[in-house]
Amino acid sequence: MEHLGCRNLLGSLSEFVDGTLEDELCAEIQRHMDGCDNCRIVVDSLRKTIYLYQVTKESAAVPEDVRERLYKRLDLDSFLENKEL
Amino acid sequence: MVDGKRNLEQFDLEALRRGDKGEFATLVDAYSGVIYRLALKMLHDPLDAEDILQETFVKTYRYLGDFDGRSSLSTWLYRIATNEALMFLRRRRFGQVSIDDPSDGEEQEAEPLQILDWCCIPEMELMSDEARSTMQQAIDTLPESLRTVFLLRDIEGLSTREVSQVLDLSEVAVKTRLSRARLRLRQHLTAYFGEKVVTQHTSPEGGV
Repeated sequence: MEHLGCRNLLGSLSEFVDGTLEDELCAEIQRHMDGCDNCRIVVDSLRKTIYLYQVTKESAAVPEDVRERLYKRLDLDSFLENKEL
Repeated sequence: MVDGKRNLEQFDLEALRRGDKGEFATLVDAYSGVIYRLALKMLHDPLDAEDILQETFVKTYRYLGDFDGRSSLSTWLYRIATNEALMFLRRRRFGQVSIDDPSDGEEQEAEPLQILDWCCIPEMELMSDEARSTMQQAIDTLPESLRTVFLLRDIEGLSTREVSQVLDLSEVAVKTRLSRARLRLRQHLTAYFGEKVVTQHTSPEGGV
């Protein structure tokens, strides 16, 4: 980033996109971005990066054979059929 | 909230502590999916992930009586699973140089930032098989200390506070590691998608 200050803001961008940054710093970054295309691009692509990882994550499912072996290991065989849906 | 299943705090803790098998089976079904996914992401091997899954619930059952409720039950489960996975990784690279160095995140700040606007690429292309495999490779290149925080926070959806409890880190450390992890991943994806933007731009016919 070419502008003075961009490097210093970098460490705050993660919290900025989470919306957990204190108001004052948040406003400062917003102001800075209005005049700095590079920072705007970094913020947009950071947001998109997080979004992509979240929407493409695998579903939290255990394959049936893995579940069966888990139940056997835990001595829960008699509950194998009672899967809560 | 875990994928629509019963909320952990709705479990009958007393029954679990007594060793009630039925209640424990319900707990296993509610949480085995997320634990397995986390173990797969950390270890990249279905058989190893299955070992971690089993060990996690064996220990959970064994130590439920000691669960003191200082953290939530779900955080406690994640803590057992994460510790199992991290210990496994340490055993696996026994004799190798440790890459679990918290200072690992430092050098990126000196690296030139990739600045290319790739957000305009159609979603279908952003989620192609090739893109997904690039995303996985990007996670794999993260040092373990950053990767674990990223997986717990952004993939499993734990709060900063929960991740700090799972990993025995301060909340500030969690935020710092998450920030470094995300910025590194952004760099990787920008290098990958940015090239596509440039290619499309320089050869509007699609190129040969």
